[in-house]
Amino acid sequence: MIECKTSKAISGMGHSMKRKEDGRFLHGQGNYVDDIKLPDMLYMDIVRSPYAYAKIKNIDSTAALAIPGVLAVITGKDLEQYNLHWMPTLMSDTQMVLPTDTVMYQAQEVCAVIATSRYAARDGREAVKVSYEVMKPVIDPYKAMDASAPVLRTDKEGKKDNHIWHWEAGQKERTEKIFAEAEVVVKEQMHIPRIHVSSIETCGCVADYHKVNNQLNMYMTTQAPHAIRTVIALVAGHVGLTEEKIRVISPDIGGGFGGKVPVYPGYVIAIAASFLIGQPVKWIEDRSENLQADSFARDYHITAEMAGTKDGKILATRFKILADHGYTDASANPSKFPTGMFSIGTGSYDYDTSFMECDAVYTNKPPGGVAYRCSFRVTEAVHAIERITDRFSLEIGKDPADVRMQNFIKKEDFPWKSPMGWEYDSGDYHAGLKLAMDTVDYWGLRKKQAEMRKEGKLMGIGISTFTEIVGAGPSKDFDILGIKMFDSAEIRVHPTGKAIARFGTKSQGQGHETTYAQIIAEVLGIPAENIQVEEGDTDTAPYGLGTYASRSTPTAGAAAAVAARKLKDKARKIAAYLLEVSEEDLEWEPGKFFVKGAPEKVKTIQEIVFASYTNFPQGMEAGFEATHYYDPPNLTFPSGAYICVVEVDKETGAIDVKRFVAIDDCGNIINPMIVQGQVHGGLTQGIAPAMYEELIYDEDGNILNGTLMDYLVPTAVESPSWETGHTVTPSPHHPIGAKGVGESPTVGAPPAIANAIVDALSPYGITHMEIPITPFKVWKALKEKGVV
Amino acid sequence: MTKHIKITVNGTEHELDVEPRLLLVHLIRENLAMTGTHIGCDTTSCGACTILMDGKSVKSCTILAVQANGKNLTTIEGVSAENEYNHLQEGFKENHGLHCGFCTPGMILRATELLENNPDPTEEEIRWGISGNLCRCTGYNNIVKAIKYASAKNRGIEPASTEPEFV
Ligand code: FES
Ligand code: FES
Repeated sequence: MIECKTSKAISGMGHSMKRKEDGRFLHGQGNYVDDIKLPDMLYMDIVRSPYAYAKIKNIDSTAALAIPGVLAVITGKDLEQYNLHWMPTLMSDTQMVLPTDTVMYQAQEVCAVIATSRYAARDGREAVKVSYEVMKPVIDPYKAMDASAPVLRTDKEGKKDNHIWHWEAGQKERTEKIFAEAEVVVKEQMHIPRIHVSSIETCGCVADYHKVNNQLNMYMTTQAPHAIRTVIALVAGHVGLTEEKIRVISPDIGGGFGGKVPVYPGYVIAIAASFLIGQPVKWIEDRSENLQADSFARDYHITAEMAGTKDGKILATRFKILADHGYTDASANPSKFPTGMFSIGTGSYDYDTSFMECDAVYTNKPPGGVAYRCSFRVTEAVHAIERITDRFSLEIGKDPADVRMQNFIKKEDFPWKSPMGWEYDSGDYHAGLKLAMDTVDYWGLRKKQAEMRKEGKLMGIGISTFTEIVGAGPSKDFDILGIKMFDSAEIRVHPTGKAIARFGTKSQGQGHETTYAQIIAEVLGIPAENIQVEEGDTDTAPYGLGTYASRSTPTAGAAAAVAARKLKDKARKIAAYLLEVSEEDLEWEPGKFFVKGAPEKVKTIQEIVFASYTNFPQGMEAGFEATHYYDPPNLTFPSGAYICVVEVDKETGAIDVKRFVAIDDCGNIINPMIVQGQVHGGLTQGIAPAMYEELIYDEDGNILNGTLMDYLVPTAVESPSWETGHTVTPSPHHPIGAKGVGESPTVGAPPAIANAIVDALSPYGITHMEIPITPFKVWKALKEKGVV
Repeated sequence: MTKHIKITVNGTEHELDVEPRLLLVHLIRENLAMTGTHIGCDTTSCGACTILMDGKSVKSCTILAVQANGKNLTTIEGVSAENEYNHLQEGFKENHGLHCGFCTPGMILRATELLENNPDPTEEEIRWGISGNLCRCTGYNNIVKAIKYASAKNRGIEPASTEPEFV
């Protein structure tokens, strides 16, 4: 049970308060971007390239323009006149808005049709004739690194190869020495496949430019409205759209998971169209466009190695990565971290030597490298360390649970400095794994497994004990395009004691309207029910960097607590004034101040707030409002211990997930119901890449599964019945001891599943399987070993 | 060229002239301005557009408006009054069966027919029953719980606890 300091009526932290936002969604009254309809609104549809690499010889829009309702066809050449045909990516690379001569990946935007209706726009799209001169694309990232490979980014002056950047960190020489001398060295090659967040709502916008007052209202599916406003100003400032003239509104969002962080060409074209025509322009991509052209996630090829002793001590790790970014580096990492937080990859284990390096490369595939419900490449890192730890256990013939217990950082050793320089704030890894093992009856399962193996049946148990790194981030290291990664809260309490609170983040389903209210309720004792939370409108909310990478609770949640504490200090002063005592004579109980030893002398928070407008001490500022911009002193480090149990059918390769137990530690819990819900959802997005999802390209750069017919998003049938639990190790530096949780399960689940399947197959000499692990791959592996 | 059709949506009759190719989901969302029915794909895969047509759950993105001529439709706007919750709506709220809410209307309409045909479904029957509806946020555990909750309430039985269960 989670302890609550407040009553249910107040519903501060720890209460499973039912969500305040649910009413409108349950009655079909949500307001998603495609629900917005403005007077004289036009519709945009986008012509896309069928080829991965081609020169555009001609764009003929005559037939399209002859269609009733089609008003314009906008090409790269049109945008070029305004110097709007290129834009920066969040990683300071460059990206075409619309091409003037060459297309670099299949489904790239070629031109846009503007029409008076959705159907006319689609008719226009079909009628535009584009002729291409097709070129041989570079698809394989290893081949792209060849000296003989054609240089793709000829737009970059002097570019002589397809290499984007090199990154390395850690103790190179010491690592090499340990590897050279170690008793045991294991190595596996792993591909973390290219996948897609595929939120059920696709991306889109309504760009609404008003010529008369030079004002742009931009309704769009964005997880980071303020940052986007700044980016728009950077891209379009030279045509007069300066930042004070731009209002970005992020309405209800139908799932984001990282895919709604970047600026896609469609948004910019819609703005340009509205700017040129002077009417609102709606652009809503369809699912195939979403899967084929919007930012992908992952696509890391990792060589993972571990060195250790025969009795199980981990001594060092080494990771070498090739990162396929497609046509441009359009990731959304903090500027100083081209591989995101990959360097968390030394994991939950106590050793002091590691070396990691990464080379990023251009290919003729869609650009990206955003997260998929994951904090900046942590999933890739966790897969590498958790898989290689199992490989090491297998090599030395020791149970993977024992190896983990032997190597875990001890609870008393926190804060703990990792070999990559991170300071892990807190954790109790032994307790988490023990709870998970007790829950599944781990040693009982191992016995059962031995018996089943005797009968020739394949059963596997897989563990993943991960450390996450979230809450970017401290301003000394973390920025996006130079903007420091703080976040903000502004609380206004009205005279009658009810409040509105606004934030720089933006919920996409995480339940901020409820949890932020609970944080403020915890501090001020105003019922969460009476605190209205608002996000997503840059004209009203304070500046913040948005919601992704599990950063909302660590940053904006902290800002809410600190702002509320400022108000509580003020409340104490007013209470002292009203009760005619000194501040030190007052005691606090959630929702009221009373005089020590005289509990009948009391002022409720509502009375105090009312007095702040009606009867406050001379010299004090009137009203009851506070704002805080929170710059976190450190990141937070949630952790988890996951155990997966599978049975594999030898004949068909079919994998049956029998049980999955997830023990999470996200520090203090604000709303257990919402935390559990986040874990369930993240686990399903963890089984997805482990067993089902991968964007597949052929050698000509054609996507082979670019629709939801063949890109396998798990349904309720594929998704197991998840079992969840938690340990609570508060973050010592976070104002309410919370850490963030939305992404832990997506990060932690894939290696647990992969480890379970490999464990099932290990009696036949199988040491590794590439995700997604499909029945076909299993069957093939067993066939190669002569088992079937 | 347009065709004249007559349809009943949530008890109200509408007569409209529509293009023969107009999709039912667009008729509902744009011509009738009821935006609770959503669009999540272009291949009949996600179920966000699910409504009831003469009591049967259908994906309105794959039906032409003209095919709905003379039919009786129910959308999310029609399952309860705005200030009320039917058992499924209540079940979803009480059990945290929604996050972003985008799949929710379709899930509720699909579950409506499911419970109509099978008032007391097992977990497995529920999972198969909603397998035409994708949810990217919830991981389905709580959607299953929500439908069980409504099933119990429909049958006059006390539903299971809505507190989250932790191991
Ligand atoms: S919109 Fe996806 S099934 Fe209808
Ligand atoms: S709640 Fe977001 S898709 Fe289901």
